Amino acid sequence: MDHAVETTLTVNGTRITRRIAPRVHLVDFLRDELGLTGSHIGCEHGVCGACTVRVNGDIVRGCLMLAVQADGCTVETIEGLSDSKELAPLQQAFHEHNALQCGFCTPGMLMAAQDLVRSGTKPTRDEIRAHISGNYCRCTGYQAIVDAIEATINGKG
Amino acid sequence: MKAPSFAYAKAKSLAEAFELIERPGARILAGGQSLIPSLNMRLASPELLIDITGLKDLQGIDRRPGGLRIGALVTHAQLQRSDAVDQHAPLLLQAAAHIAHPAIRNRGTMGGSLALADPAAEYPACALALNATIVLVHRRGERRVPAAKFFKGLFETDIRPGEILAAAEFPKVERSVFLELARRHGDYAIVGLAGVADASGRRIAYLGVGATPVFAEQASRAVSLNAALELLGRDLQPQADLYNSSATKLHLAKVLLSRAWTTLSKPH
Ligand SMILES: Cc1cc2nc3c(=O)[nH]c(=O)nc-3n(C[C@H](O)[C@H](O)[C@H](O)COP(=O)(O)OP(=O)(O)OC[C@H]3O[C@@H](n4cnc5c(N)ncnc54)[C@H](O)[C@@H]3O)c2cc1C
Ligand code: FES
Ligand code: FES
Repeated sequence: MDHAVETTLTVNGTRITRRIAPRVHLVDFLRDELGLTGSHIGCEHGVCGACTVRVNGDIVRGCLMLAVQADGCTVETIEGLSDSKELAPLQQAFHEHNALQCGFCTPGMLMAAQDLVRSGTKPTRDEIRAHISGNYCRCTGYQAIVDAIEATINGKG
Repeated sequence: MKAPSFAYAKAKSLAEAFELIERPGARILAGGQSLIPSLNMRLASPELLIDITGLKDLQGIDRRPGGLRIGALVTHAQLQRSDAVDQHAPLLLQAAAHIAHPAIRNRGTMGGSLALADPAAEYPACALALNATIVLVHRRGERRVPAAKFFKGLFETDIRPGEILAAAEFPKVERSVFLELARRHGDYAIVGLAGVADASGRRIAYLGVGATPVFAEQASRAVSLNAALELLGRDLQPQADLYNSSATKLHLAKVLLSRAWTTLSKPH
């Protein structure tokens, strides 16, 4: 591998050390090297949000971070947050409100929505929309997604 | 698309960064929220990326006599959470809410935004309105450049080879308005206005109207809104973009001026 850099990161609780070519972004690394295909790739230039993952507790664009930049970082993906049941209330609400159709945007949408849910605030619908404004959904028209997030936050998932 | 091949080095000190920057094809990587898209689209092909995000000297928001020093590596999200910014330069807080989306604001930096100098970006216009000083460091010392001299052209600044943008200093100005019109929240603006006022007068700057942010000198000094609207046509000769003609942009700039005027014109 050209210019490969030894990189150690923790992914969903597991410590991993690999030599990684700098040109590989975090989502390609997660998908191709680790087989974590829940984080999707849409545009690869930061516009669609399908690649949203958590790094050191903050959501980021996985396509706009080099995997080598995650050295020393804690990365959490849709797989980790599903297994830990952190996302269970949101997932249930998405199901009940028909907040997904093809499901391509859903992992990124859940990651962005959970960021708001766990902030402990009581956002208005407009604030919910602003928070997911960087996550595109080509199917649902967003209404049901906002409904699901709102229901989760108000505890009536 | 996928980025071309390049080497990567994370600088452990400013001294090391200055050394790496001399290498052929070297480019600084901060938040990566503009540079990595351009790599993925193969619009840029550096040979070496120097990751500066570990450099302590470029971090932090410090209160200074008369204002604030904001380190180049302060992210848009950190700035949004800062009480010091709220008290000393609320214009920046108002502007940050318009930059992209939460996940991008978690990584994009103040320094990266100023160094990139996108004509539709929020911080460059704020820096102009606030009369900020841009602090550039190089191997042998530092250079301080007023915002009015820093933005030189389309994506072009006064940063010279071997220099790193270390911080921006903003004088304290409490009264401010930031407004912009964009097709969708978080998109780059069609036209935006960054305005401040204190005892010495008003300062109004625009984004999205030309190759650089533009200081609306005559409109800022006008005695009434009507006079300001008239004079704005002399300050701005907006460049058309793919969707909006020059006349549309000037009209929208006037709409924003009318909305901002009352806040910027209350007696002190
Ligand atoms: C979908 C999307 C929407 C966006 N919308 C907006 C928006 O509405 N408004 C807006 O302002 N921005 C927007 N951005 C850009 C974002 O704000 C970037 O974070 C910012 O422009 C660049 O900061 P960065 O730290 O990511 O810089 P990088 O991408 O790392 O670097 C950008 C450039 O600056 C140089 N550079 C970086 N730091 C330094 C330094 N300290 N000294 C010298 N050179 C340096 C780099 O070499 C590079 O050329 C958007 C980005 C995306 C992906
Ligand atoms: S794939 Fe990352 S934002 Fe679209
Ligand atoms: S459900 Fe198909 S893109 Fe959102």
